[in-house]
Amino acid sequence: MATNKVVGAVLVAGGGVAGMQAALDLANAGYYVYMVEKSLAIGGRMSQLDKTFPTNDCSMCIISPKLVEVGRHINVELLTLTDILSIDGTEGNFQVKVRKNPRFIDMSKCIACGECTKKCPVKVDNDYNENLDKRKAIYVQYAQAVPLKYGIDAEKCMFLTKGKCGSCKKVCPADAVDYDQKAEEAVLNVGAVILAPGFTPYNPREMETYRYADDPSVMTALEFERLLGATGPTMGHVARMSDHKEPKSIAFLQCVGSRDINRSDNGYCSSVCCMYAIKEAIIAKEHSKEPLDVTIFYMDIRSFGKDFEKYYEKAKKAGIRFVRSRIHTVEPLKDGGVRMHYVTDHGQSQSEEFDMAVLSHGLVITGETKDMSHKFGLKTDKYNFAQTSSFAPVAMSRPGIYACGVFTGPKDIPSSVMEASAAAAAASSKLAPARGTLTKTVEVPAPMDVNGEPPRIGVFICHCGINIAGTIDVPKVVEFAKSLPFVEYATNTIFACSQDSQEKIVSLIKEYRLNRIVVSACSPRTHEPLFQETLAAAGLNKYLFEMANIRNHDSWVHSNNPAEATRKAMDMTEMAVAKAALLNPLTENVIDVDPTALVIGGGVAGLNTALTLSTQGFKSVVVEKSDKTGGLANRLLSTAKDESIPEYLAALQKKVAEDPNITVVLNSQVDKVDGYVGNFETTLTTGESVKHGVTIIATGAQEYKPTEYLYGQNPKVVTHLELDEKMKAKDEAVDEAGTFVFVQCVGSREPERMYCSKVCCTHTVHSAVTLKKKNPNAKIFVLYRDMRTYAQKEDIYKEARDLGVIFIRYELDSKPKVTESGDVLNVEVHDPVSGRNLLINPDFLVLAAAIVSGRENELGMKYKVPLDDDGWFFEAHQKLRPVDFATDGMFMAGLAHYPKPMDEVVAQAQAAAARAVTILTQPRMTVGGIVAEINQAKCSGCGVCVAVCPYSAIEFDEKGKAKVNEAMCKGCGTCAASCRSDAPILRGFTNAGLFAQIAAAL
Amino acid sequence: MSDFEPKIVAFFCNWCTYGAADLAGVSRLDYPPNFRVVRLPCTGRLNPKYILEAFKRGADGVWVSGCHPGDCHYIAGNYHARRKFVLLHHMLETLGVEPGRLHFSWISSAEAIKFQEVARDVVEKVRACGPNESFRKAELGLAEVA
Repeated sequence: MATNKVVGAVLVAGGGVAGMQAALDLANAGYYVYMVEKSLAIGGRMSQLDKTFPTNDCSMCIISPKLVEVGRHINVELLTLTDILSIDGTEGNFQVKVRKNPRFIDMSKCIACGECTKKCPVKVDNDYNENLDKRKAIYVQYAQAVPLKYGIDAEKCMFLTKGKCGSCKKVCPADAVDYDQKAEEAVLNVGAVILAPGFTPYNPREMETYRYADDPSVMTALEFERLLGATGPTMGHVARMSDHKEPKSIAFLQCVGSRDINRSDNGYCSSVCCMYAIKEAIIAKEHSKEPLDVTIFYMDIRSFGKDFEKYYEKAKKAGIRFVRSRIHTVEPLKDGGVRMHYVTDHGQSQSEEFDMAVLSHGLVITGETKDMSHKFGLKTDKYNFAQTSSFAPVAMSRPGIYACGVFTGPKDIPSSVMEASAAAAAASSKLAPARGTLTKTVEVPAPMDVNGEPPRIGVFICHCGINIAGTIDVPKVVEFAKSLPFVEYATNTIFACSQDSQEKIVSLIKEYRLNRIVVSACSPRTHEPLFQETLAAAGLNKYLFEMANIRNHDSWVHSNNPAEATRKAMDMTEMAVAKAALLNPLTENVIDVDPTALVIGGGVAGLNTALTLSTQGFKSVVVEKSDKTGGLANRLLSTAKDESIPEYLAALQKKVAEDPNITVVLNSQVDKVDGYVGNFETTLTTGESVKHGVTIIATGAQEYKPTEYLYGQNPKVVTHLELDEKMKAKDEAVDEAGTFVFVQCVGSREPERMYCSKVCCTHTVHSAVTLKKKNPNAKIFVLYRDMRTYAQKEDIYKEARDLGVIFIRYELDSKPKVTESGDVLNVEVHDPVSGRNLLINPDFLVLAAAIVSGRENELGMKYKVPLDDDGWFFEAHQKLRPVDFATDGMFMAGLAHYPKPMDEVVAQAQAAAARAVTILTQPRMTVGGIVAEINQAKCSGCGVCVAVCPYSAIEFDEKGKAKVNEAMCKGCGTCAASCRSDAPILRGFTNAGLFAQIAAAL
Repeated sequence: MSDFEPKIVAFFCNWCTYGAADLAGVSRLDYPPNFRVVRLPCTGRLNPKYILEAFKRGADGVWVSGCHPGDCHYIAGNYHARRKFVLLHHMLETLGVEPGRLHFSWISSAEAIKFQEVARDVVEKVRACGPNESFRKAELGLAEVA
């Protein structure tokens, strides 16, 4: 790298949830990001989902804030409609050639009013709705899209294809349509590249017996998802596409295009289909007006993630029927329904009729991604997923290029987000010297002091072209505004958001010495930050601003009643003015950040977190309660990819020992904790006191000690970790053993532990394959409930079967019986295929003992972070913040969060480091703004505010009065609404301001 | 009473129902223009006094709407709102205020259609109650008790 300067910028390809997370983590850590997206807008597949499992969170609601954050980030440059042509150069300094395809819309002019779409005569299949309805040739991808700018479908537009029409250009009130735009090429200089190209759903058209191609009663799960969506073609109404009748019965067919090398080439498990089918079944039942019967035909239910098993149980209780069978043929019926022919578990032929069928299709890497890997010299596996190691799960074969999301293997949203943060950490690991060299900051003048001045309000009423002015009598509203108390100046503006209007507002603030601004226009959710920036540019505190949403909440919904709409606009403006008059300038304070991390737990997760932080130059103190690092990995033999764990662990420990940024404290635990984000102070049981800005909990988990199957009584009965230890020690008894029985789900998926331990099925098949390869004559039986070898791990399951390992399924109510007679161990199990009881006399009975939490409740209390019912640490958001706690500055990694295999542990550790860097990299943090404060004169010290605060941001001070920690407060105002004495005040939403709004409304 | 147009004050949380109203606008879903929206960061910010204030100032109805259970942007604010709301609702009912004047709903930012339906429903239910006289009576009753 001597001649090659390291570049402090990263290119992220793909604007789905993974790409967005990687971009935000990098941009917030001091790197400039080029986000390349090939479509009109970011959001990816997640933007198409109605709900997300297992919380049934609304997908759009949780992704929208991320979209907006990416769209507005000063250090993320969004390149939509852009393709990557080539990647030249090496790690630290790449030249990426891109082609920006024309949108035919001037993005700086488009105000997203939608007039063009209304007039466009060309109807096209709507890909956002999986082609179930039509869109126009000029369109936005979806209503909440970022950037919210229209684009023209060049292949369908009549003007671009035939030179006729041009109506969009005629009606556009902002003159944004530009048919002459041309593709442009550019070369971007970056230090690393992250590829997050995502997937395409498997197209079941080729599977003729499923009749997807010719029977509209057979649809794919993604199509069904769009039906359930409030923004979908039926607005959330469940309907059969053939006759638009509401179905009374639906069959889901699992593993369509997954776990199938006969009809597709996809031997892998797509990891998410069981869960999304259950989710869609639950939601469909909720949406149906008539009682709806749902049956899911499956091979194994793979509910292996956090809270997934409980979700599966909930579905069973809700009456969703699960039938273990793979349907081979769907027969269309005359009445529009379908008939399923299937063979039950007991070998009986059955047929059953349903109103419609949903194919749970798998996740596939696109041909485009496959070509890209080939072109850029990146190694992939036989299914075209990125080839990575378990110990460096996001690094691709070409140094400096990283992968995340479904590109590394089929996975759900939280795993994608975790990997994305990991990729951000890995990508920046070599770029630290250039951190902050290419990022921009906003320069604002010092705000003028308006304290003590009477309010001088400026009011701007926006026409939004004809969007508002077409319905509302804007001049009348302006005249009315001029009559309101404290209004110094009121005017109309054609587009309040346009650049020239912003400049006009700045000069008017100065000219009229305006000290409060009201804009009656569109939604503060999208436009408030823009106007606040304008205020700041004029030297006015940005919190002296209020908006009235007279477009979305008025002109657009009351166009049939202009008189009432105008009256409403006047009321809304009056409400905004009344509140604005009472607004105070709010200050934002800065606090120093201690650039050190405390990592609790010295296992693989903790050590990787510390090492990753070190690549960015940050120091860590690792606290380990035992006398050595390595944690559970000390007992493991190898990963599912057959990589040696002892060798890896030794190398890892050596690296940590040699790293000057890492201090390991053994035989120590957390004793006392003080402080908050940026400024924690933790005292250890060994006496040291550590000052740190962030905390990472990586306390791991334990193996369940079985009480069943004669464990602890008969030496032939061992847990799977004990078998690993024996194999590591080259125990002769194992080498000589002729018969092994593995029992799965020992202690997992039981009423008292209703979760799947996630790793055991893979661990067992891997052990079985290893034993079989060593001794092909060994007889190996695996007694299981559902095999959960998810993603590419399905290949090892297949390999085990090919090698002759025998798999026998058992039910929870007919567990295997284990007895001993002298030296002989008897395992009796019912075989559902033959219908007979089998007796096996193994040399080893290996129990896949559950992974159980260390129940670190005390630690959780000290740092004010929660644990769930099963004892796992509870993340800020199960989908989008899988390594963060709700409490700022607190993160987690590894098994403390939930059981997971090596590659996911390493990814989460890197992710925790990436998230921590976004805090550690700021020498000072800004806190305050819209947060609560306590009027201590009114505080009686009752503690209600302390109890209701979701962020533990309120504490009693030495006088017994409540006090808000501005660094932890998020401004929800629950304290202010709960106090009997009105002691808490939520700045920006004060009682006085809200009462004034209510009065003005009536 | 057929030409009676009720005045309603609505309290929406910024993250869910306010967003649903935005989306209803984008989707041009019309509904009656009878209510005025006070935007709150979270329904957890809703002090029951605001509802009483609205009635006191002559509102014929009040509508509170936030995120679905589990979807709260601030983790649990909507649960706190629900508790306060249920208590206040019972109290007002005991005082003789028609239950049809006070409404609570969960509407996510993607549920524009639901927003339109609930908006229409709230306006119709409040309209059915007629002008707000009973609250004034209840207020007088409270004054007597005090």
